Amino acid sequence: MAEKIYHNGGCVVAMRGKDCVAIATDHRFGVLSQTLSTDFKKVYTVAPRLLLGLVGLQSDILTVLDRITLRKNLYEMENHEVSAKSFTSLLSTFLYEHRFGPYYVEPVIAGLNSHTLEPFLCTMDLYGCPTKVDDFVAAGSCACQLMGMGETLWRPNLQPDQLFEVIAQTILNAFDRDALCGWGATVYVVEFDKITKRTLKTRKD
Amino acid sequence: METLLGIKGPDFVMLAADTTHANSVIVMKEDENKIHKVADNLLISTVGESGDTEQFTEFIAKNIALYKMRNGYELSPHSAAHFTRKNLAESLRSRTRYQVFMFVAGYDPKEGPELTFIDYLATSHSLNYGGHGYGSMFCASIFDRYWHANITQEEAYDVLKKCVLEIQKRLIINLKNFNVSVVDANGVRNLEQISAKSLTDYNAAQSA
Repeated sequence: MAEKIYHNGGCVVAMRGKDCVAIATDHRFGVLSQTLSTDFKKVYTVAPRLLLGLVGLQSDILTVLDRITLRKNLYEMENHEVSAKSFTSLLSTFLYEHRFGPYYVEPVIAGLNSHTLEPFLCTMDLYGCPTKVDDFVAAGSCACQLMGMGETLWRPNLQPDQLFEVIAQTILNAFDRDALCGWGATVYVVEFDKITKRTLKTRKD
Repeated sequence: METLLGIKGPDFVMLAADTTHANSVIVMKEDENKIHKVADNLLISTVGESGDTEQFTEFIAKNIALYKMRNGYELSPHSAAHFTRKNLAESLRSRTRYQVFMFVAGYDPKEGPELTFIDYLATSHSLNYGGHGYGSMFCASIFDRYWHANITQEEAYDVLKKCVLEIQKRLIINLKNFNVSVVDANGVRNLEQISAKSLTDYNAAQSA
């Protein structure tokens, strides 16, 4: 694909459960068809109950992560711990500042609102247009496959254990149909008192 | 056209680079050194657009030296790689875009060995082994087969020899010599060049 955003491959999916959210990432890092490394996770911890998944051009993933971390730290110095909604706005305005020379990333934000502990899910396009949803979001070179699997398996009010199974099967079966994603997967389940990180056993190709 | 290789062990990092400098189809120089010693514990190997390679590597090297002068201590290899990537990323969306492919390799007494792969798009990732250029395509599988977490310097040099053998056999472009350098707790050391001659002896030894 000539698209810059699929130059390095990768995928992230996030789902909402009952008082919890889960976000999953693959591990592949490559350049077009060549795989260079199998330990590049695309999900980062932003706040104690807030995770950010970034897919797209790896160079821009690193740049956006650095720049948005700076903005978040400045925000937290002046105010309090950043909430999911505020972080989404921060990221959205940051990406739109580069409307005519954008960063080739698709962010996925998953977390619990710091005060109400309400689950929060949001995805954005590369210009920063946010889409807040109540079910699940997917981004990456196999986004279509992820949406299809999610639509089939997801249902509302899943408990954390069930949510883990659903999101694991979603990402596993979706990225098995994409050459640019895979080589392992990690799932983070965010509940009010803990984040559980599990590594999945997957096909290593 | 040019090839870089890198391999990391538990307490060292070894880099190899071909020594051919070509201008389109003409070989200008056959003893070009592409592995630069930037500090006592840091190596940078660079290939890519002629001119950009020297300019950018020198810019990074001098800034790393300046950091040491200003602060009294050196940048760790991880920080040096991050600094390199940051500058490349900033230049990417500006008028002065550098087309360089590099390895930043270093050894830190606290953090251990570090091998960072940096692409012309400012893609950056820490690897155990890797390569740049057409030659690296033949070597990925060799590294996968022979690298292990406790590899010694002798074994790593042997793996690089196997890689160069393959490159010289299968790559249409003739890459006669490869410079090899290693960085470890004792600093930077240049190892014996891997050349067509040394490989003939190696082959003879293997089949004997």
